[in-house]
Amino acid sequence: MATFRLNGEPLELEVEPEMPLLWVLRDELGLTGTNFGCGIGNCGACTVHVDGNALRSCVTPVGVVEGRDITTIEGLAAAGGADELSPVQQAWIDYQVPQCGYCQSGMIMATAALLARNPAPSDAEIDAGITNICRCGSYPRVRKAIRALAGAEPSA
Amino acid sequence: MSKTATKPKLSRRKFLLVSAIAGGGVLIGYAATRPSRHRRANDMLAAGDERFVTSWIKLRADNRVTIYVPHAEMGQGAHTSLAMMAADELDAAWELVDVEQAPATDLFANDAVVSGFGEELLPGFLTGLVNFAALPVAQIANLQITGGSSSVRYTGENSMRAAGAAARRMLLECAAERWGVAAAECATELSHVIHSASGRSSAYGELAEAAARLEPPADPVLKDRSQFNIMGKAISRRDIPAKVDGSAPYGIDAHSGDMLYAALRLAPVFGAKLASVDAQEALAQRGVRQVVELEDGYAVVADNYWRAKQALELVEAEFEATENDDVSSAALAERFDRALAENSGSRDFESGDADAALEVAQDVFEASYRVPYLAHAAMEPMNCTVHIQGDRADLWTSTQDALGIKSRVAKVAGLSEDKVTFHHCYLGGGFGRRLPFTWNVIDHATLIAKEFDAPVKTILTREEDMRQDYYRPAVHSDFKAAFDANGSVTAWRNRFTGPIQVPGAAHIPYAIPNQSIRVVDVETHVPIAAWRSVDHSQQTFFIESFIDEIAHRGGTNPYQLRMELLQEHPRHRNALQVAAESAGYGSGLPEGHALGIAVQESFGSIAAQVAEVSIGDDGRPIVHKVTCAMDCGRVVNPDTAEAQIESGIIFGLTAALYGAITIENGRVVQGNFPDYEMLRMATTPEIVVHLVESAAAPGGLGEPATPPVAAAVANAIYILTGQRIRELPIGDRVFVMDRSLAGNV
Repeated sequence: MATFRLNGEPLELEVEPEMPLLWVLRDELGLTGTNFGCGIGNCGACTVHVDGNALRSCVTPVGVVEGRDITTIEGLAAAGGADELSPVQQAWIDYQVPQCGYCQSGMIMATAALLARNPAPSDAEIDAGITNICRCGSYPRVRKAIRALAGAEPSA
Repeated sequence: MSKTATKPKLSRRKFLLVSAIAGGGVLIGYAATRPSRHRRANDMLAAGDERFVTSWIKLRADNRVTIYVPHAEMGQGAHTSLAMMAADELDAAWELVDVEQAPATDLFANDAVVSGFGEELLPGFLTGLVNFAALPVAQIANLQITGGSSSVRYTGENSMRAAGAAARRMLLECAAERWGVAAAECATELSHVIHSASGRSSAYGELAEAAARLEPPADPVLKDRSQFNIMGKAISRRDIPAKVDGSAPYGIDAHSGDMLYAALRLAPVFGAKLASVDAQEALAQRGVRQVVELEDGYAVVADNYWRAKQALELVEAEFEATENDDVSSAALAERFDRALAENSGSRDFESGDADAALEVAQDVFEASYRVPYLAHAAMEPMNCTVHIQGDRADLWTSTQDALGIKSRVAKVAGLSEDKVTFHHCYLGGGFGRRLPFTWNVIDHATLIAKEFDAPVKTILTREEDMRQDYYRPAVHSDFKAAFDANGSVTAWRNRFTGPIQVPGAAHIPYAIPNQSIRVVDVETHVPIAAWRSVDHSQQTFFIESFIDEIAHRGGTNPYQLRMELLQEHPRHRNALQVAAESAGYGSGLPEGHALGIAVQESFGSIAAQVAEVSIGDDGRPIVHKVTCAMDCGRVVNPDTAEAQIESGIIFGLTAALYGAITIENGRVVQGNFPDYEMLRMATTPEIVVHLVESAAAPGGLGEPATPPVAAAVANAIYILTGQRIRELPIGDRVFVMDRSLAGNV
């Protein structure tokens, strides 16, 4: 039995504790905003928040998050306490960041976690903090959007 | 929704993905030459107060307009750009425009794309993949291809704009008739027809039903660019909001409560057949329903993908031996070299007499280049969901050709094509992997689904995705250049391994009097296909490196030599000049930095790039900045244009620095991102884009930024180190600075 809070709601599921959180979200719960990219924790497409920290759900057994607070892209806006998009999501629209968009749930979750612990990251800190892969190459716009969120870039 | 008898009944299942067409309206489709389309569209898809007036455009009584786009949205912005083109000609108010994916029916086949490629029966980027003898012409014409950087320049220019202009004309005529005034006295603006003299105005929606009864004009008049209200503006993409909250449906996101999941393993040596399977242990695992044996592989089907994937590792299987079991990249390289040495190949381009010029040359310079196979590695691993119920099927997959995929699934499932419903999805990257004829995952997913009553979602692991791709071809290319006593280049002789996928990619724009370019086709067992920019990514590396070598050999500045040899190509020269000036060519650079340049025309656009590079303390090159001047003709959406250029550069630079698929024991070695590395935030250079607008018609943008960057970087490294890169990727090679060439910039 796995028990945790998902996007603010308590949840109880009868699944193997070894099952990666990613597949619990996608196949057991039908929450498909968190994406499968590599399966080895390398690309970051599956990034979610566990107690506010960015974690790669494809290599995180659900047993490890027992009793923890999990936020997915579907819950990010609500986590801000409003119906509106979170600032990171809004910046992603303002700077027209996504292309195919497949990696962007992970990019956004990684960015939100980075900014929560470091509201004004330097370029080097952005490089170290955001290691996700975007095959479309949205990196220049990711950087612009993060700089804007950090107050270092004029708004779009 | 649709009135067709084939409309799926999914009453027991709640798929998160729904068909793109929902609700009724007036569909105005550009049916000037195909009036039957117009009637069929209304029969099939219009409901309530909706009508088709021409193809692609549907009006509703509340004055909203829906523009149907026949191209897949894979991040290139086609949905928004094509809708902008139709809406502008329609004089629609952009905020009243909805964009929908056109359904996968032949009614919406984008034959403008096929005809846009001119005399070719099939677009050039597909010719390398097709066995023409086996493919009926009807099937070729019946595609909904998104590729060849063609959406805006063919569908947009030839079809969407005409549809908008035709619809505008029809609405205007209806209003004039209703008011009893001359059409010439009426104007259109912001989704209204206006008669200034009487102060009357009518919303398009009020005229829609009457307009739908007219035949579209055969030759609607398009706007002059000075009249554009929407085209040319940096308009936000319509697909982006759904991509920031997790709601955008990709093929892999098809979901239902009773869904089954298949993990697939195909023969690691391409072409091998399955010999034996022991599935006992796998079948005993929780959630596992079945192990499906296929001709060239096997799949574990379970109630959860992770369970299927875990059980797949427990299957003991053997494949039959093949004649390719010992093939390695080294052996293939020998085969390529031998082919170039022993065969004269076939003519690609000839002018003058290159051999004679080489005979009498004062100096002859030779160089051989090679590039490896590359995987597409789209972020969304290949997947396909098929649900077969009796004589009909539902299909969800991310594809660059919805209509072709539908037809393929019908064929493999043994169903009538009109009994297959394709559900559109966004693509988590395409880059050529999701074009027609690269159907291994589609075929297997369909065969697996035939075994079950429930929808079955087949997903490749990243490793399987990388090892069961259709790769960018590895190519070897040999060059000779002849110089006269003045150091001027008099001959260009090139022999490269084929097959050619895009005719003309090896041709050069440079005014060299004697040219001989020949291709030697080499067979291998490695499947190949189009990869972003197709042959241009290899050929531009060769051409733009060798012309650079010629410049240095002849003692000319590489920029100057290009400018001199491009006298007949003012657009190339202009793009080069803009890029060079912006990048600071010839002016003070930071100590230890150098600039390399390259220019290439592909898919109707000209890209000039300058790479600013230095050598790090560890001897590895650091790419600081890539400046790109792109002459893509008239720009429809400058913001998506810039995004595509940034994207193309990063894609090409990733390949130049890291990309290699190698073969050992007949199979692909690389399996995941650690051994097929990608640029990331920390390694992506600054990118500066200049859109060099010209009066020319729009060129492509999805691909043209990819080809030049490898040569630009290699040319800079040569200036820094005197070491010439003739093989990609640059990889972990270590370089030593050599200041002697610094004067060459």
